[in-house]
Amino acid sequence: MSKFSAWSLFKNALSGNKNWDEQWPDSEPKKEYDVVIVGAGGHGLGAAYYLAKEHGITNVAVIDKGWLGGGNTGRNTTIIRSNYLYDESALLYDHAVDLWQDLSQELNYNVMYSNRGVLMLAHSVHDVQSFQRHVHANRLNGIDNRWVTPEECKEICPPLSLNPDARYPVMGGAFQARAGTARHDAVAWGYARAAAARGVDIIQNCPVTAIKRHPNGSVAGVETAKGLIKAKKVAVSAAGHSSVVMQTADVQLPLESFPLQALVSEPVKPIFPCVVMSNAVHAYISQSDKGELVIGSGTDQYTSYSQRGGLPLIEHTVAAICEIFPTFSRMRMLRKWGGIVDVTPDRSAILGKTPVDGLYVNCGWGTGGFKATPGAAHVFAHTIANDEPHKLNAPFNLDRFRTGRLIDEAAAAAVAH
Amino acid sequence: MLLIHCPYCQQSLPELEFAYAGEAHIARPEDPNALSDEAWRDHLFIRSNSKGVHFERWRHIHGCGKFFNAARDTVSDEFLTTYPSSAPKPDLCELQGDLK
Repeated sequence: MSKFSAWSLFKNALSGNKNWDEQWPDSEPKKEYDVVIVGAGGHGLGAAYYLAKEHGITNVAVIDKGWLGGGNTGRNTTIIRSNYLYDESALLYDHAVDLWQDLSQELNYNVMYSNRGVLMLAHSVHDVQSFQRHVHANRLNGIDNRWVTPEECKEICPPLSLNPDARYPVMGGAFQARAGTARHDAVAWGYARAAAARGVDIIQNCPVTAIKRHPNGSVAGVETAKGLIKAKKVAVSAAGHSSVVMQTADVQLPLESFPLQALVSEPVKPIFPCVVMSNAVHAYISQSDKGELVIGSGTDQYTSYSQRGGLPLIEHTVAAICEIFPTFSRMRMLRKWGGIVDVTPDRSAILGKTPVDGLYVNCGWGTGGFKATPGAAHVFAHTIANDEPHKLNAPFNLDRFRTGRLIDEAAAAAVAH
Repeated sequence: MLLIHCPYCQQSLPELEFAYAGEAHIARPEDPNALSDEAWRDHLFIRSNSKGVHFERWRHIHGCGKFFNAARDTVSDEFLTTYPSSAPKPDLCELQGDLK
């Protein structure tokens, strides 16, 4: 695979852009691999990349039932931040934010990471107190979150309405300047290309129907639509379908899968320079480089695998956005969709070993897995290669639901996050 | 938007009138003191998360206020049946037979 550069752009432009190499080969499965990763989203492809690059394990296959990056990697609203309350989460997400900074250079692929800042609005005295607590906790962990006044909020985000009579008055906010957005598809494509360049096989449109185990209990491989593929280690990164896949290996996960709703508006000229979140009224909004307002809504209240966009939640989110940004009240919305997110009881991920030898899982990211992509993939690869968790993901073990040592971000955020 | 049939009001009404209340037919342990950590984990946290027919609780929160159970296909979101929470769990084969 040739390296992307200004020179390669120039050279290919001269030949009418007809001679670009394929970005990665669409592989057919071999009989056996050292590691099989189930799920070709950012997390799975990233883990394959770091396995090859940092641990020298290149006999790896990433298998997906659909096309690469077609699940939650291509459905999220691309927000990246690390301002979580608890130490365990803050350190893991900040590890990801560190890796985001130069990911484009690392992968030789423009993931369009933009550290435009994430502003979380406070609308009540309770919000103010809880956000200030978050800010203090974050600063103790070396995360650049700071408290900003309503006037500073307006400076950061000019379309914001500071009307004191508003239904949701702005009483201040927490601003993480290093946070931002990235092009979500490009993250999957970049990792796929960089992993394939190091010898990783990427197998698309090949559903894994079961995880196979040896008579002694350890993992033997995966049964797929293209036949049995033997593997010394199997790693599952299947988002909303993690519990379905893991059940075939007799591992029950504390997960429930819900549709998460999102929508985008028609494209307009640049108007929105940052990301704004308002947990209290459930509005998440940013503007893509194409000009669309990208709006994240909540999860449907019931479990489902339907991936269907629905109106009840969207109406609620859009109503809140029209209150906070009256200028968007006549904006037309173009598309809505749902992605199936796997939610744990404490709203923190499960990232590590399982009771089955040679079987690893990276799941339970709920509504916020995209931001963690490079960090989670990096420590997941470490866990797979060494059969031991990295110190950053050790607290995110599956055993915490037995011991009671939860990482209760559900209580900390009080909403989906 | 789902249309949900309340078995008490005998009416099919929009989803907005109802609150989802998690998986159905999960009984509290009879002797909590005797439960192991593993059994507590299973009772509190492990759910079937079925891809297919799922038995679940709903509450007609903006209507009669009562809890009832439902069997719903989580792939198509189609309700197979709803029934009062005092009723026994319906037979899955019969339910799917009815559908065909």
